[in-house]
Amino acid sequence: MEKFTVLNGLVAPLDRANVDTDQIIPKEHLKSIKRTGFADALFAAWRHNPEFVLNQPRYRGATILLARRNFGCGSSREHAPWALMDYGFRCVIAPSFADIFFTNCFKNGLLPVGLSEAEVEALFHDAAAFPGFRLIVDLDAQTVSTADRAKTFRFEVDAFRKYCLLNGLDEIGLTLRHADLIREFEARRKAQHPWVF
Amino acid sequence: MGQTLYDKLWDSHVVHVEEDGTTLLYIDRHLIHEVTSPQAYEGLKLAGRKPWRIGSVVATADHNTPTQRWEEGMAGVQDRMAKLQIETLDANMKEFGAKVYFPFLDKRQGIVHVIGPEQGATLPGMTVVCGDSHTSTHGAFACLAHGIGTSEVEHVLATQCLVTRKMKNMRVTVDGPLGRGVTAKDVILAIIGRIGTAGGTGHAVEFAGSTIRGLSMEGRMTVCNMAIEAGARAGMVAVDDVTLEYVKGRPFAPKGPAWDQAVAYWRTLKSDPDAKFDREVRLDAREIKPHVTWGTSPEMVVSVDDTVPDPEKEKDAFRREGMERALRYMGLEPRTRITDIALDQIFIGSCTNSRIEDLRLAAAVVKGRRVASNIRRAMVVPGSGLVKAQAEREGLDRIFRDAGFQWREPGCSMCLGMNDDRLQAGERCASTSNRNFEGRQGEGSRTHLVSPAMAAAAAIAGHFVDVREWR
Repeated sequence: MEKFTVLNGLVAPLDRANVDTDQIIPKEHLKSIKRTGFADALFAAWRHNPEFVLNQPRYRGATILLARRNFGCGSSREHAPWALMDYGFRCVIAPSFADIFFTNCFKNGLLPVGLSEAEVEALFHDAAAFPGFRLIVDLDAQTVSTADRAKTFRFEVDAFRKYCLLNGLDEIGLTLRHADLIREFEARRKAQHPWVF
Repeated sequence: MGQTLYDKLWDSHVVHVEEDGTTLLYIDRHLIHEVTSPQAYEGLKLAGRKPWRIGSVVATADHNTPTQRWEEGMAGVQDRMAKLQIETLDANMKEFGAKVYFPFLDKRQGIVHVIGPEQGATLPGMTVVCGDSHTSTHGAFACLAHGIGTSEVEHVLATQCLVTRKMKNMRVTVDGPLGRGVTAKDVILAIIGRIGTAGGTGHAVEFAGSTIRGLSMEGRMTVCNMAIEAGARAGMVAVDDVTLEYVKGRPFAPKGPAWDQAVAYWRTLKSDPDAKFDREVRLDAREIKPHVTWGTSPEMVVSVDDTVPDPEKEKDAFRREGMERALRYMGLEPRTRITDIALDQIFIGSCTNSRIEDLRLAAAVVKGRRVASNIRRAMVVPGSGLVKAQAEREGLDRIFRDAGFQWREPGCSMCLGMNDDRLQAGERCASTSNRNFEGRQGEGSRTHLVSPAMAAAAAIAGHFVDVREWR
């Protein structure tokens, strides 16, 4: 997994709530057996519209997606974070995320940042008002700041997820350090609930 | 203090807890399908890893398989990419193995969330995962069951564990008798309408109350299936006689003394009377009518005797904008009566509503009538080969065919339109599936979520009708 430490990036604002993973990547693009190659599929149905945020030249090269509440609801498809990453995004900022999408992001080096509704609203204002609006996302410090540091917002992240992301660690490798514990648990379970096996 | 059902299921699967609460949770049952597994198996291969316990794996191809021309075998799969995914699953099963694999064209193939319970591969007290958000379905058996991403599929294959954190406890209690024509689908749509599409986010939801206890296992599966549409990864129902009656005698259910031992344990799978929930919601079943969604999120739902809501009346500007956008997409005017909405297609199927009980309810409405002339296509897609065979033994296929419905082979079909079963842009469908998102059933598609009886009645009338008045 790619490491995430500090990101200084252009911000693209996607101003709608409840963006589901069917919108992030429509199903006709799920028929690959690979993890990459989904950049063109990102928001495919909306990209027909020349006014769509990603079609506007001022947001070209954006690496931070600013979104509204309940981002990533619906299908568990991990193709959603894959498509966001393939397009170039490394961070999504929103007031809230759907649970499965939120988890999937961390497995791929895409950082989901939850800020308050008011903070997100302020960022939407700035992204519209100032062409070239950038943010600095510092995972270690758990802060999102404007480039001039005039605004700094703090965000929460679980310690274990942060550690994995900062170091780009392979989670399977980490879990397998506990292989003995898993074997012991499994043996106990098999003795008590043999019908499971 | 007493424990909730979720607390019990969680505690009995904890292998290890990190300082920050991150937990290694043991997984009993791992369901696999062709769309979200190829990258996971590829990851295993690249790292030179083997599956931890293939006895946990139950696999089938369901998402992109065609629902007709099965007699042509693999040649009937026209979509080259879909074919590659089906063949890749075949190859991965051959290389890595499984407890059981129902490949495309097998008589027992079907939607993964239908065949798990049908085979007794889903048993009370299990942790169940699958790279599909509707895994919550299995919670109907007092399982801790939820959808995971492909990286997690790989992680579970390699370690038999999930790295996760405990969710909060929420209970939705529904009490009272259901009215004539009101079904489990209407109950869950009413719940989603009440708490919203993110109402259960961060929570495991237990469905309780006399109404839920009065539902069959099919009905409970319909309710738990759509927990995710309320934002909850996992929904669940406590074990009772209805659960045990359903499980008994299934191919992978325990038998003999093992059955008795299992039942003694399964009987404990319910929340203690003094258990504490972080959030409680109550609904009165007597107030629940047949429901129809009008927008592009399952929370955009009203009763069939209601009208399309008017955004002008919404005070929150942000929500108003969302409603206006949904109405534009759906091609609907505010204040239109739901029963005045005409349809182009009817879809009866999906992991929400494709079990035998669903088909019986729909067939009872259709019997002896004809699909309306304005309906371009009406289809029934059974949830599995075994559901299809059962329906045919009962003569339900004849009822549907005689009425002008297409009787298809099992699969996910037009719930998500990954195969050829899709709506054309602008077409409007009464669908028994679970998501009315933009483009869900094909680009530009317009989906109204309803129960099987409501979909069947709409097929005959050509527009929505209140199935409570159906004679």
